[in-house]
Parts: sequence; C-alpha cells; structure tokens
Amino acid sequence: MPLDTSARFSDPDAAYRLIVEAHRGLSDDESRKLDAALILTLANQIGDLAILREALALSRAAIAPSKDAATD
Amino acid sequence: MERKPLFQFAYCRSPDQDKRGPAHHRVVIVGAGPVGLSLAIDLAQRGIAVVLLDNADRIGEGSRGICYAKRTLEIWDRLGIGDPMVAKGVTWRRGKVFRGPDLLYEFDLLPEGGHKRPAFINLQQYHVENFLVARAAALPGIDLRWRNEVTDIVPDPAGAELAIETPDGPYSVRADWVIACDGTNSTLRTRLGIEFAGETFEDQFLIADIKMRADLPTERRFWFDPPFHEGRSALMHRQPEDIWRIDLQLGPKADAEEEKRPEIVRARLAAMLGHDEFDLEWVSVYRFQCRRIENFVHGRVVFCGDSAHQVSPFGARGANSGVQDVENLAWKLALVLSQEAPASLIATYDLERGQAADDNIRHSTRSTDFIAPHSAAEARLRDATLALARHADFAKRMVNSGRLSIASVYHTPLSTPDADAWNGGVPPGAAMQDAMLRQGGKSLYLTDIVAPRFTLLCAQHVTTLTLPLPVEMVAISETDRGSSVLHDAQHQFAARYDATPGCAYLLRPDGHVAARFRNIAEPAIEAALSRACGKTMLHV
Ligand SMILES: Cc1cc2nc3c(=O)[nH]c(=O)nc-3n(C[C@H](O)[C@H](O)[C@H](O)COP(=O)(O)OP(=O)(O)OC[C@H]3O[C@@H](n4cnc5c(N)ncnc54)[C@H](O)[C@@H]3O)c2cc1C
Repeated sequence: MPLDTSARFSDPDAAYRLIVEAHRGLSDDESRKLDAALILTLANQIGDLAILREALALSRAAIAPSKDAATD
Repeated sequence: MERKPLFQFAYCRSPDQDKRGPAHHRVVIVGAGPVGLSLAIDLAQRGIAVVLLDNADRIGEGSRGICYAKRTLEIWDRLGIGDPMVAKGVTWRRGKVFRGPDLLYEFDLLPEGGHKRPAFINLQQYHVENFLVARAAALPGIDLRWRNEVTDIVPDPAGAELAIETPDGPYSVRADWVIACDGTNSTLRTRLGIEFAGETFEDQFLIADIKMRADLPTERRFWFDPPFHEGRSALMHRQPEDIWRIDLQLGPKADAEEEKRPEIVRARLAAMLGHDEFDLEWVSVYRFQCRRIENFVHGRVVFCGDSAHQVSPFGARGANSGVQDVENLAWKLALVLSQEAPASLIATYDLERGQAADDNIRHSTRSTDFIAPHSAAEARLRDATLALARHADFAKRMVNSGRLSIASVYHTPLSTPDADAWNGGVPPGAAMQDAMLRQGGKSLYLTDIVAPRFTLLCAQHVTTLTLPLPVEMVAISETDRGSSVLHDAQHQFAARYDATPGCAYLLRPDGHVAARFRNIAEPAIEAALSRACGKTMLHV
C-alpha cells in the first residue's frame, strides 16, 4: 500500500486545529517533545515500514531548502 | 489618512421631537450600517413600519467590507437591490495562493453553472450602503433619521425607551422592539452592560485602498512569505473604479502611526507592485478581533451584525453574516408582530444565528492563526504545511488563507428531521440552492421565483392543500408540462435537491429548508409548518 497523500480528513481544518491547540501553553522545548511523541505514536498507528519510509522521504523533500532539491 | 465623505444626507427634524412624551413605535432599529438598513428594508417589505436611527449623516470616509458572498446577494435580491450591487461590483470566483515567488494552488468557489449570483462580488462598503439607503428611501414605512444618536436605553418587559441626541437637542422614543445594529462599539450593548468577549489577535495589518490601472485578472490573490514582503503575508483584491484593496501583515510590534505615513505605505506597495503608479485612497492599520455576546436577544432588545459578533476579515464573514442575521430575524419578528407566531420564536434567532456566529468565529480564528501563528511551534507547523502543499494534496487542503463566507446551516428545533431517505439534496436547516429552470420558453432562476414567504417546492405538480398559514406553491418538473409548471430542463433541481416525482421541500421565509418529504402529505406539511413557526416548540 503506497503512501496516501490525498486529503483523508473530511474537515482538514479541524485536524490542523487540534494539533495547534495541543501546542498552546507549551514552551518551545515542550512543543518539540510533543511533536516527537506524536510522530512516534502515529508511526506506530500506521505500522508499516514501507509507508513510513515514503512519508519520511516526502517530508525530507518538502523541507529541502531550494526548489531544485525537491522531488517535484 | 482621512478622505472626504462621498455621500451626504441631511438631518431632518421629526415630529416625535415636538411631542410632550416619548412617541411610540413598534420597531426601532439603531444603526444604519449595512445590517440596520437591510433589516429596515426587509421589515418594510413585510409591511412593518420602522424607525431607523443613525448618529452620522454621511458615508464613504473609508471603505471597510469589500467582498459580498452569493448568499448575501440572494438576500439583497429579495430586498430589491441585488441588481445594482452586482452591476456596480466586480464579480469573481477564483483565487490564487502563492508561497514565496511560486503559485501554490488555485481555487474556484463556484465551478458549476445554473446560479443567478456569482460566488462573490467586490464592492466598496460605501457603495453598498448607498444602494441600501436609496432603496430604504424609496420604500414606504422607513423613517430614517440621520444625526440621531442613541445615548441610553431603558428596557422593560414590553419594550424599551431610547434617549436620543440630535442637533436640535435630546428627545426620546418608546418601542415594542429595539434592534441594535449599532456596530462593534454598540452603545446599546454598553448601556445594557452586556459583555463582548473574545480574542484580539496580536498581529497588525495594513489595509490600503489604491487607485491604479492594472490588467490583472479579477481574482483573490494571497501570498505567504512573498519576496516583496518577506516572512509575512499579503492579500490583494480588485474593486470597481480601478480601486484595489491590499492587505499587508505588519507583525505584532509595528508602530501603527508610522506605518500609516504615506511615504512608508507607498514604499511597501511599490515593492509589491513593482511600480509606483498608483494613488492612495484610504489607509488604515488594524488589529483584528473575534468576539461575540453570549445572547443576541435580551428581552425586547435584539442584537444583529457587528454589535452582536465581530470577526477578523479573512473569509469575509462580517457584513455577510450580519445580512444573514437580518434575513433570519425579519420574518420571525413579522410573524410575532402579527401574532401568527409566539414571541418565543425570537429565541430561535439567538440559537440559529449564535451557531452561525460560532462557526464564523471558528473559521476566521483558524485562518488568522494560520496567517499569523501564535508561537514558534505554530509557525513550524504552518511552514511545514506550506512546504508539503507543493507535494501533497492533503497539505494543500490545510493551507488556510481564509475560508470564504457561505450560507450557514442551522441545527434548530424549527426543522423537521428527515423521515425519508435522501441521497444528498438540501438538508433541513440549510439554505436553498439555486437552479436554472425554464418557463414559457424563458430561463429563470429558482432564487428569483421563491418569494420571502413560506414556500412549498413540489416536484412534478401542485397539490391543493389547506394549510393554516399562506404557503406559496412552486411546481417543478423534469418533463415539460406547460407554463404552470417550471421545467427543470437541465435537471439541476433534480440533482441539487435529490428530487424525485412527488417529493416536496418546505422552505422558510428566509429560504432555509424547514422540512422535506418524499411524498406530499397534508398532515406532515401542516405539522412541519407549525413547527417552523415555533408553535409546536420543543425547548430551545
Ligand atoms: C478592514 C475590514 C475589511 C472588511 N471586509 C469585509 C468583507 O470583505 N466582507 C464582509 O462581509 N465584511 C467585511 N468587514 C466587516 C464589515 O465591515 C462589518 O461586518 C459591517 O460593517 C457590519 O455592519 P453593521 O451594520 O453591523 O455595523 P456598522 O457598519 O458598524 O454600522 C453601524 C452603524 O450604527 C451607527 N451607530 C453607532 N452607534 C450609534 C448610536 N449610538 N446611535 C445611532 N447610531 C449609531 C453607525 O454610525 C453606523 O452607521 C470588514 C471590516 C474591516 C474592518
């Protein structure tokens, strides 16, 4: 099963907002820890190394500094 | 930067000012902004005389609202001013979102045909108000009094007394119902000690209207982190008469007075536009807020528009929601005044428009926070969304530069829950959908046919029904049945309403669906009608 990058939430704004609100009131350091914990929790939920690998590759590509570095 | 008023009106002494005691009126509306004017027109069209008080006597010193949504235009159609608004405004439905120098995505707010009104028009708020004033002046039953400033209100169970200041000195009036449309700084709200609670966003935004000739498409353009305004956002909209609205994020620490200096504004805009061939029309710096009062109804005093709720402008939900408030309140107040419905019907205005206000505040808060994140963590999340959006559709859907105003859906005891199976269509509580139909060889729109009264849309043919209240019957058929039945030639009604022969939709006077039936049956329709008038009301 390949990585699904289509919008899977019926209300994507609500999902985004939930994450934003989880960070409210945390220090920056705590926020980073929250993100790390969330990534591991969600990775386990996916439970598929091939998908995790693809998700990591997509994320690496997205944060690449210049457009050429990205896999557009 | 101040500009001259465009439209000037005259104070005129009212006979009420020569009375010994306070004159009595059924309905007094305070505030002749877009909301108070729309309400006055709606009530006057329903045969209810109103007094409309405004502390100013001119409009046009500066523009505020510019984007008016399809639903608002449909409501203004019912108020007799849709045509001049749309003729004067610029019509749009597309938008572009940029990140840095690149186009991230485009959107189309109304990709299908068969709608009389476009997704949006842009029009300076002073033109909107001027059309409304002209319409109000042309209708009998609207007593519009300029330079009448309400300074106090004393409510009681049967109404309220208002203290009014004029160039000729003070006087007072009594009203059975007072509708507060006096804007965000509402005097009535303050005098009644009602809390206006919510959030003020830290970031400041420069809003500039400029005059320039430009050959750009009529679309909404939004930039995250553009090269001409790094690390911040920008928004651009076309208005009529070669006027453009530009909105630049300035951050929380900007010095508003400094930022309003013409040379500073011009330099920022020249960097954006790549030239300086433009004139400044109006410049302002805002800190946006999202606030509401808890109850929109306080006995016989009802709050509409910005006096009741305020939103940040991303999504154009301010005036648009205020006009929907009016459409919701007017028919209810009319039924209560004619004693065809219990006074408790007004409580459903608070319930339904309270839901809408929460919805609007939720959306505009999310947009504002996406545009101006609160913390480094939120900024990282936002930037990751923008970065991913180039690669993944799910992230694109999370990019939030403003979710534009659409009609609210009410979860309300006035609706009769579906008893039959429906595959889509327009659910109870939602606003009617438009469709293009044909009659006698001509095309016409459903929104034009449906009058602001209870209406039964019948698929196929009209049945004779005996109902306790007048209900307009509109028959629509997929086959051509001659001129008494509208022909759904393009099957738009069938598709948008999941309409099958024999089914019917009961519309409220504000065009929202009260109930729908697979098969018309008089008792069920009668029950739904009585429920929609608040006669068989469960607790609100
Ligand atoms: C920068 C900006 C951009 C915006 N863009 C949009 C947009 O694109 N689309 C949109 O829908 N909305 C937009 N809005 C919001 C919109 O301008 C308001 O929601 C709208 O004006 C509210 O209308 P109103 O009639 O409730 O109040 P107002 O327009 O504020 O009118 C209130 C009226 O009451 C009068 N009044 C006040 N106090 C008294 C008193 N004591 N006695 C008598 N009269 C009184 C005032 O003179 C005024 O005429 C924007 C707002 C801003 C600031």
